Amino acid sequence: MNTRGLRSQLKDSVPVTGMGQQVGAYGVQDTLRSGFSSVKNELLPSHALELSEKNFQLNQDKMNFSNLRNIQGLHAPLKLQMEYRAARQIQRLPFLQSSHLALDTLKGNDESISFEDILNDPSQSEMVGEPHVMMEYKLGLM
Amino acid sequence: MATLSVCQPQLGGFSFENCKRNAVLEAEVTKLGCNVPSARKTGTTICGVVFKDGIVLGADTRATEGMIVADKNCSKIHYISPNIYCCGAGTAADTEMTTQIISSNLELHSLSTSRLPRVATANRMLKQMLFRYQGHIGAALVLGGVDCNGPHLYSIYPHGSTDKLPYVTMGSGSLAAMAVFEDRYKQDMEEEDAKRLVRDAIAAGIFNDLGSGSNIDLCVITKGRVDYLRPHDMANKKGVRSQRLIRPVYAVTGNYKYKQGTTGVLTKSVIKLDLEVVEETVQTMDTS
Repeated sequence: MNTRGLRSQLKDSVPVTGMGQQVGAYGVQDTLRSGFSSVKNELLPSHALELSEKNFQLNQDKMNFSNLRNIQGLHAPLKLQMEYRAARQIQRLPFLQSSHLALDTLKGNDESISFEDILNDPSQSEMVGEPHVMMEYKLGLM
Repeated sequence: MATLSVCQPQLGGFSFENCKRNAVLEAEVTKLGCNVPSARKTGTTICGVVFKDGIVLGADTRATEGMIVADKNCSKIHYISPNIYCCGAGTAADTEMTTQIISSNLELHSLSTSRLPRVATANRMLKQMLFRYQGHIGAALVLGGVDCNGPHLYSIYPHGSTDKLPYVTMGSGSLAAMAVFEDRYKQDMEEEDAKRLVRDAIAAGIFNDLGSGSNIDLCVITKGRVDYLRPHDMANKKGVRSQRLIRPVYAVTGNYKYKQGTTGVLTKSVIKLDLEVVEETVQTMDTS
């Protein structure tokens, strides 16, 4: 993947504090792409669980990797993260549904069911992402 | 649907998009004096007890929606695995979805380990899930089953804390049921004694708590056998004046008829009436 793609990967990681707003060119909030904004929307989460749920998978992975590093040494999380990164690249373009089969098998999600599988199934969402916009976002051109 | 354009692919799970809108709506509605619709709860009495060979779980069968009885005969003892059952109190939808998810996870886990699932596994899965949602999932559960290590009984609270005890009660009628347990529980009871104890505990909850009512369901789990007795006892039969289950002697009925033979019979004469058929009409039914 080229360096521009790497930059977009950084943009995808969710900061722990705050909700993060779409900042366009010149550091000003991007009204065309992300709608009107209000200070209240950005500062406070609308539900007590919103932030913790957004970051839940990331926090779990961080905790598991640091445990693994303490028990087995640095090589264990490094190897696992390399496999995760490789599996994450086997995907279709962002506006199509990818099955994430390899990634799910590595993470162990193929042997468990949770609310992510039952509620809000992405393949049946009401909104379809616009292909050009999603590709530009992924490649970091936006 | 709050964003103008979608840049990243959507994730599954809970969506908090409408929370702010709901908060605004609720404020407006309370200003007008109306009430926001509330979730259906199972104001409940559920309990469980460990006896010599296994577990007896008991539950009432009333589901309430505020001050109204929503379901007169709902089933509160949920299946988790062939040797593990779970009673649920709290929000009805939360208990049902939670127990179904854990049941599916436990089935996948037991297929992957090819062993009968353990009660401690179900307990840990439930407590991790409930803690993750910080009590917003209102499910208070009594989990019981028999596995390779013997019978186990757990109580699980909505925020994710669990207790492993020989007898537990949950729900709005839990104090009434616990009073019966504290009085009559003994270690290593026989199955019939345990069933009677659980039935009396649930009956105490039914008669002394508004949120519990209707029938008593029992589930007896032993090694290799599960008896799901639904209904085990109908405490509130319609049309019959209720009888006190706890005191067995004087049953108060509203029946004022005298028994046959109360007064002595002196003579008896039977006179047949001769009836002759005057008119006979046939009316066909429209069975089309």
